[in-house]
Amino acid sequence: MKKVRVQYFALLREQRGQTGESLATAAGTPSELYAELRARHGFTLPAERLRVAVNDEFAAWDVPLRDGDALAFIPPVAGG
Amino acid sequence: MFRLSAIPLDAAALRRELAHPQAGAFASFEGRVRDHNDGQAVVMLEYEAFAALAEKEGARVVAEAREKFPLLQALCVHRTGRLQAGELAVWIGVLAAHRAAAFDACRYIIDEAKTRVPVWKKEHYAGGASLWINAATRGESASSSPPELH
Repeated sequence: MKKVRVQYFALLREQRGQTGESLATAAGTPSELYAELRARHGFTLPAERLRVAVNDEFAAWDVPLRDGDALAFIPPVAGG
Repeated sequence: MFRLSAIPLDAAALRRELAHPQAGAFASFEGRVRDHNDGQAVVMLEYEAFAALAEKEGARVVAEAREKFPLLQALCVHRTGRLQAGELAVWIGVLAAHRAAAFDACRYIIDEAKTRVPVWKKEHYAGGASLWINAATRGESASSSPPELH
């Protein structure tokens, strides 16, 4: 199990009810972690609508997760 | 240069940040909060940012504009927090020797920022409903269905 930190923003933050959490996971990639969290928390957004950031930088969904990584799942943006 | 601001944007003060003796053109873009969207009265907007990454990605957008167009200076500032109708949500200003580059760079920066910088907008409507823009999911459409109640 790896320990990772997850930050939530916007719709995901509201659906989770908090801005972030630390958790232990067996997920090997951000893709697997999102599937796990979506099942647990009922997030409505499918992964195809999101981007993922690892350690404050955009990342691919299939990069290996490492112990201590900080992740953020990024809903469709809407600035301007 | 790109930054986020939790306090109201002062366009005149921002414009004073840009000065260059070779500048023959200044162009700016101001994104303002509309009092309506899709036929609904908007009473308040909320902008939320993933600050660490928004500042990096915003800086990349501005740097790209400086590579693509012959600019002397460029600045983009995006609001966070709660905004009322009429308030400035984003301010972009560029200086160039000539006007074409200044106009084109403003357009480039706002178009790219809107699609890439991790900032989210929640509209609050007169009836009490609210909606995260662009986050509609299956069975909903941001353009045709009524806002979901939160």
